[in-house]
Order: sequence, then C-alpha cells, then structure tokens
Amino acid sequence: MAGPGGDMQWCFSQVKGAIDDDVAEADIISTVEFNHTGELLATGDKGGRVVIFQQEIENKNQPQFRSEYNVYSTFQSHEPEFDYLKSLEIEEKINKIRWLPQKNAAQFLLSTNDKTIKLWKISERDKRPEGYNLKEEDGRYKDPNTITGLRVPVLIPMDLMVEASPRRVFANAHTYHINSISVNSDDETYLSADDLRINLWNLEITDRSFNIVDIKPANMEELTEVITAAEFHPLQCNTFVYSSSKGTIRLCDMRASALCDKHSKLFEEPEDPSNRSFFSEIISSISDVKFSHNGRYMMTRDYLSVKIWDLNMENRPVETYQVHEYLRSKLCSLYENDCIFDKFECCWNGDDSVVMTGSYNNFFRMFDRGQRRDMTLEASRENSKPMQVLKPRKVCAGGKRKKDEISVDSLDFNKKILHTAWHPQDNIIAVATTNNLYIFQDKVN
Amino acid sequence: MAGADGDDSLYPIAVLIDELRNEDVQLRLNSIKKLSTIALALGVERTRTELLPFLTDTIYDEDEVLLALAEQLGNFTMLVGGPEYVHCLLPPLESLATVEETVVRDKAVESLRKISQEHSPVDLEVHFEPLVKRLASGDWFTSRTSACGLFSVCYPRVSSTVKAEIRQHFRTLCSDDTPMVRRAAASKLGEFAKVLELDYVKSDIISLFTALASDEQDSVRLLAVEACVSIATLLPQEDLESLVMPTLRQAAEDKSWRVRYMVADKFSELQKAVGPEITKNDLVPAFQNLLKDCEAEVRAAAANKVKEFCENLPEDNREQIIMTHILPCVKELVSDTNQHVKSALASVIMGLSTILGKDNTIEHLLPLFLAQLKDECPEVRLNIISNLDCVNEVIGIRQLSQSLLPAIVELAEDAKWRVRLAIIEYMPLLAGQLGVEFFDEKLNTLCMAWLIDHVYAIREAATCNLMKLVEKFGAEWAQNTIVPKVLGMANDPNYLHRMTTLFCINALSEACGQDITTKQMLPVVLKMSNDQVANVRFNVAKSLQKIGPVLDSNALQTEVKPVLEKLATDTDMDVKYFAQEAISVLVLA
Repeated sequence: MAGPGGDMQWCFSQVKGAIDDDVAEADIISTVEFNHTGELLATGDKGGRVVIFQQEIENKNQPQFRSEYNVYSTFQSHEPEFDYLKSLEIEEKINKIRWLPQKNAAQFLLSTNDKTIKLWKISERDKRPEGYNLKEEDGRYKDPNTITGLRVPVLIPMDLMVEASPRRVFANAHTYHINSISVNSDDETYLSADDLRINLWNLEITDRSFNIVDIKPANMEELTEVITAAEFHPLQCNTFVYSSSKGTIRLCDMRASALCDKHSKLFEEPEDPSNRSFFSEIISSISDVKFSHNGRYMMTRDYLSVKIWDLNMENRPVETYQVHEYLRSKLCSLYENDCIFDKFECCWNGDDSVVMTGSYNNFFRMFDRGQRRDMTLEASRENSKPMQVLKPRKVCAGGKRKKDEISVDSLDFNKKILHTAWHPQDNIIAVATTNNLYIFQDKVN
Repeated sequence: MAGADGDDSLYPIAVLIDELRNEDVQLRLNSIKKLSTIALALGVERTRTELLPFLTDTIYDEDEVLLALAEQLGNFTMLVGGPEYVHCLLPPLESLATVEETVVRDKAVESLRKISQEHSPVDLEVHFEPLVKRLASGDWFTSRTSACGLFSVCYPRVSSTVKAEIRQHFRTLCSDDTPMVRRAAASKLGEFAKVLELDYVKSDIISLFTALASDEQDSVRLLAVEACVSIATLLPQEDLESLVMPTLRQAAEDKSWRVRYMVADKFSELQKAVGPEITKNDLVPAFQNLLKDCEAEVRAAAANKVKEFCENLPEDNREQIIMTHILPCVKELVSDTNQHVKSALASVIMGLSTILGKDNTIEHLLPLFLAQLKDECPEVRLNIISNLDCVNEVIGIRQLSQSLLPAIVELAEDAKWRVRLAIIEYMPLLAGQLGVEFFDEKLNTLCMAWLIDHVYAIREAATCNLMKLVEKFGAEWAQNTIVPKVLGMANDPNYLHRMTTLFCINALSEACGQDITTKQMLPVVLKMSNDQVANVRFNVAKSLQKIGPVLDSNALQTEVKPVLEKLATDTDMDVKYFAQEAISVLVLA
C-alpha cells in the first residue's frame, strides 16, 4: 500500500448527516467502528442511536467509483435513564461500539453507554409466512363455518427487511462510567472498563461478571489516577492493556492470576523535565489505546501526540508523532475552555503501516510509519464534490504565515474530530466531525 | 364456535396453526408446544410436505420458540411416518443447529442425536452423515460447533470408508481457526474417543489431544483436561505413561491458572482414571504443587479435593503418603492468606480423621481443627462445626469441646445475622453430639438469647431450634429447662418478645404433649388474650388454633372457647378475623 505522504491521494467519497449548521445535541456522533470485513460501518450518537451503513456491491462499470456506504439499519440502542438510588441521570450517549466476529448469517455488535452494555443482533429477513385458517390475509375473519380443511402457512419471498434486536443486556456492573469495551480473541468473553475497574464478561452470561482490575483506593482521597481506556490483544486471549490518566499503560496477563492487579508490563516514558508545566499531567493522560492488527505494537494517543510502543520495550515508545505541537503554547486557553480534556481516539490502517487521529478545526492527521511522513487533511463541506482530491493543510505555528497556511489563532476549537475509523483492509476511512460522518478513500488511478 | 356445516374438530387445530405466526410470542410458544397435536391432525403426509418445510424456515423466531421447536422435533419420528421417514426431520434441525443461541443449538444437537438412533444404517449414511459433513464444513462457526456433537452418534453405525471421513472431519475441526470450534471439539474429544477403535484412539485421538492440550488459547487447553479423564480410562495401563502423562504433567504446570484450576477440579476423576501406580509417582507431587499454587482459586479447588484424594490413595501406603506428603501442605493451608482457600479446606479437613485414625487425628489433625475453629473468618469456623460428626466418630467430641465452646459463642454473637442463622441450624446436631449435660451447662443460654434477637429470621430459627431440641432431649427436659423461660417472656415489656412466647408455644406444643400444653402453656396463652397490642391478641387466636388439637375437649370448651368468642368481638379487624377462623377450624361454634 502506498503511504499517504507518497503517491497516494485521498478523495472525498460521501458525507452523512444533516447539512445545516444548527446541530442538535442528540445528533453528535460519539463513536465510529467498521466491522471485521469492512462491509459494515456503525456509528453511535449522543441520542443513543446506532446507525449501520453497508457497502454496496461494487459497480463494475465505474471502477473509479468504489462502492458507497448506504444506511443498512438504524435503531435506538440506549434510552436516557435515571438511577433513583443515586439520584443520577444516565445519559443515552453511545460511548463505544464493538463488532463481534461473524458467527452465522446475522451480525452482532456490542454497544455501551456509561453504565449498560447491550448485545445487538442485526439480521435480514426476506421471507414472510402467508395463509391463515381463520382469517383472510388482510385480517378479516372468515366465517368459521366455512373451514373445511386445514391450511399450513407457506413462506413467500418479500422485500429485504433488516431487523436489529437486543439479545443481551449486561447491566449493574459498573459504578463509574464505562469508557471501553473490547471483545476477546477467544470469541466468548469481552471486557468493559470504567474509571476504576475492569470487568470480564462471558458474552452469553448477563447476571455475573468477573472483576479483573480494581484500582479504587480504600480511601477515595488517595485517588491519583483513573483508567482511561482498555483493550484485549488481537491474538493472545490472555493479554490485555489499560491506559491511565498519568500516561502509563499496563499490560496484564490473565494466566498469571484471577485478579490482574499486578501488571506484567508497565509502559512509561520518562518525563522530559524541560517540558514540565502545570499542564504536564493533563496532557499526558492517554485518551485511547489500540493494538496493531498483528499484535506486535500498540498505539496510544495523548493530548498532543501519538506514540507507538513495541510490546517488547517498556521504557519508551518506538515512534512518537506530534499531532498538533503548535497547541503547546495555547494550553492555558485550552484549559480554560475545557478542550484540554477532549478525548481523541486513534486508529491503524489495515496493514499497520499508517496511523490516523483527529485534531481541531475538523483536521485529521495521518502518519506513515515507514516513510516517516505525515499529512494534515480537512473534513469539510467545501471539499465534498465526488472524488475531489483532499488538499493537505498546514498550520502556521508562528512567524510569517505563508500562502495556504492557517494561523493557529484562526483554528476553530469547536470543530474537533475525535472519532475516526479505518477500513480493515482497504484505504477507506470514516471520519466523524460533530454531526457528520465523512467517508474518504484513496484515489484509484 | 364452528357451525354445523364446518368440522368441529378442525377449529381448535386451525387456531393452533394460525397462532404459529401470531404476533404474541407466548401464543406462538403455546402452539409450538402443541406441535404434535397439529401434526397428528395433518397426518404424516402433510406434516412431511407442508409443516416441516414451514418450520425449517422459522429460524427468525425468538429463542424460546426455537428452543421448544428443537425439543419437539426430537420426539417427532412417529408423527412423520416412523423411522422410514425420520430423515424428514433433518432439515429443520439442521437450520436450528446453526442459530447463534447456544441453548437452541445444543437442544437441536440433542434432538439430532436422539433421532440418529432411529435411522436405519442405510439412512444414516444417505441422510444423516451428509448433514454432519455439511455442518462440519459450514461457513459459520455455529454450524461447525454443532457438528462436533454429532460425530460420536453416527460413527459406530457407518461403513469403514465413512468412518475414515468422519475421523478426518473431526481432525479438521480440532484445528479450526475459531477457538469456539476448537473448544467444542475439545469438549467432545472424550466422547468421540469412546466410540473409536482402540488403534485409532492411539493413532488419532492422542495426537489431537496433545495438540488441543497445547493450544495457544487457555480456554481450549483447559477443556483438554476433561478429555484426559475419558481417554485415560480407555487406554491400557501400560500406554498411559507414554501417551497421556506427558500432557497431564504439562497441564498441571500450565502457565495459565485456569488450566491448573481445571486439573485441581478434576483431580479425583484423573486419579481414578490413571490408577494407583501413576497416582503414587506423579499425582502426589502434582497435588502438592496445586495445594501450594500461587493462585488462590487453584489452591481452593485443590483444597476441596484433599479428602477425596486421600481416600482414593492405594490403601497399602495411604497413611504414609498422607503423613509425609499431603499433611505438611494442608498445615500450610490452615493459615492461608485467602479465606476461600481456608474455608474450602475447612469443609473437608475433618474427613481426614476417619482415614488417619484416632492417634494421628489427636496428634496431627486436632491442632489444625482447633486453629481453624479460631479462624478470623466465620465461614471457616462454620465449616468445621458443620462437619463435627466425622471427628465425633473417631475421637469423640470431648477432645474438641474446650475450643468448640468459645468458637460457637463467638459465632452465636456474630454481627452478621446470616452467620448467627447458620450456627443456629447446627445447634440440634451439636446438642446431639455434645450431650444434654454439656448443652444445659454451656449452650442453653445461647439458645434462649436468640429468642430475643433483634432480627426476626433469627428469632424464628431459634423457635424452630427449640422444637428440634425437645424432639432430641424429650418433654421432661423441656418442662424443666425451656418451658419456664419461654413462658417467662410472656410478661416482657417488648411485644415482639411476648409474641415469641406464642411462636415457641406453637412450635413446642406437639413435642411437649398434652399435659404440659394444657397445664403450663394454655393459661399463659389465655392470659395474653388481654394484651393491649392487637398483634399479640391475634397471634393468641392463631396459637389457640394451632395448639387446639393437642388439648382435651374439656379445656377447649371451657377455657379456649370463651376466650376466642371474646376475641371474635374485638375492636381490631385482624383479631376478629383470626378468632373467627380459629373457632371454625376447632369446630367450637
């Protein structure tokens, strides 16, 4: 695959969502996730809805237009609730979606809000039964006297119908807000992590889960760090990692003991004393952790950078990429408008050669690991003509602004790209701006 | 409903058929459960050609409907025309065997296994075996997991060519890409080995077993431990060492605690399967390691097996093995850091005394019992107390009584009411073993104190406990020790305690007999009918109803009746109600 900084160019493919600038809170996209084949793409929003897009069968006549994603199914996954015991409102916002490996003709996904995880089945139906004994097909009852024989209904073809049905509800296991869910490669368990604990569930059992990590101190005043993200290793079923607000990542081996309070590896980069400031701890907090597909590396995202760690080296990352270093001088105002607490996610491309993450002003960044090149692109309505090539953007960090450069001061911090996803094989990416989902793909020559 | 022209008998069936597609799940479920009625009405021909095709395509339905359907189809052979046509049931069961719900799939497989027996050998090869193959090579892992459960039922009844194919399919599934399928194969490995010829067990099964036991996923490896039991039972003793033991040794030292847990959990079965020689040489050290495992879950599982393991050791040097190898580990477990380990041990440790005999028990086990009786965790103490009978037979309980008493007293006063409840339940057993004298001296006060516990469940259990004690020690003992104290509570200022008197009388009257009931209890009950608390008064009515049958008719007429009649005119509604009920039950009106 050609790197994004090299020959490859990205072009606009589709944009989903309303066009007007007036954004309804419920429409804000809160998570984006491709399934394992890339044929389906799911988004979750603050209104508790899940929308699934399906890639159309490729059009052989127009090879330059790769198949588009169209709405396949939309359903309300979570509803707002109220915890009467604690007097707490539970938002319906979908925090994470994870697809399960396909096990039969239907598709399954886990979706979670702050407290409750649900397993959904998305299935197709193309037949319907026909033929009643006691009534006509339109519902009118027949005269029972006319029944002289029995009729067994037959199934006849009908228009394809996609149904989403809740199969399991995993509730009441989290005191704090769930930030991550991750399906294990053993196909039967998954983990869910909140601020202080990680639980292990069997996908078929909803009435109990096992607590595998608990960092809650006996006295909450001694609390110094929280869990920010957790993920299972893609191949080793016994390994998972969790990241903390202090910028460390712990790798745990579930074979060693039932309670994984003692990590087997601790990934931590010594702090550079020259960069120390009031904001050091806040910006070092890890907002996302993702294993590479091959399981050799993991990527972490903190406020200003993306780091790639080799699982075999704990003392420093093998690669560090600056996402928006020009913000370092703006941390004070970013603290005041709370942007410094934004949780940016990150993702790998299909062969782990490129990583992607979001930034402000609807910019998103790609880093080509082999060629050590990076690129800033923008998701905007102006670029939304079919197959229009995205122009790389440049932010001017100070000094004299060149033509085509954008000044740091003119960046719009309300337009942020927190959630992105990369097709598991192809160069197709999904980028969520506030309430729009952009799909881009590489330009096919 | 059906008119004169229609066929009366058709109407209910027509309803059932229509409800197969009703919106309401409950109605669909009802219809599916009466599927045999529908099939009977349709006759075998239409069942085969119309009903079954319809059912084959209903896999969209709710799990509970599908589960019921899968179960029904297992008993459908006669309804489709007998064994000759049994293969017509395969298509719907095949589609049920691919759904995502494990319970439904398992039920479909169970029904398939059942009807496989009704296939003729020819049909088995023509219809059943192709289905197994289709499932085994299905695209989705749900179908492949289902296939794993079907090999063993068709293997014994097919030709040798087909047998070779089946073995090949099983082999393929054992190395499937999905752990789900490998787990299904691993869990059926033992069952499949049982129907295989011994040569194939040695050539095929052993290599599969070894591969599964070293699978990269521990969820697969742990299932191989179970298969180990069945395989070891099938092999001649001389082959065990070379074919099974290397794998078993490896499992007992697996890096994953879940695999070691499984070994500990299956230890008794493994011990029986490999026989006494290997047990002595291999399993004893393995068991020692499991008792010392770094993971508490494993230690607890092993601790649970201590008694069974020791019991099953070869008798000739059992005592020596236990004393030199097992007991030192057990001693360490008594002071384990994990309370689940200690309480697992406490639930079986007393059993060792019968195996080791009086002298060893006094010298080696008794200090351990005593230490556990003083354990900080109530569950440990309770487990020791609940198993006292084992020691009683060997050394007599007197040896323990000095330590027993403080332990019992402490549990009796534990802050958690469930702990108090548990010890009350052992009281009759303890009383029986300690004897009446010891009981009167040390435990009687406790039993009485529970009657005024502030938790109702404890007061209730204490009442029931008194009844059991009276059954054990007799009416005379009751009259001297219990009844006066119980009746004394009738004057307690707390109405809850006064009610406890009534509850005790209810429980004790029968065991104490007519004399005590009439002469001592009845006057107290009658006096309480003037209580100012209505709850006490209506409980008087209930008590009178309860003890009425024990009294003689004279007392009933002259003493009980007037009181009940008075209560029946009480100002309180409930008092009236229960008084009237008592009058009518005792036929005093």
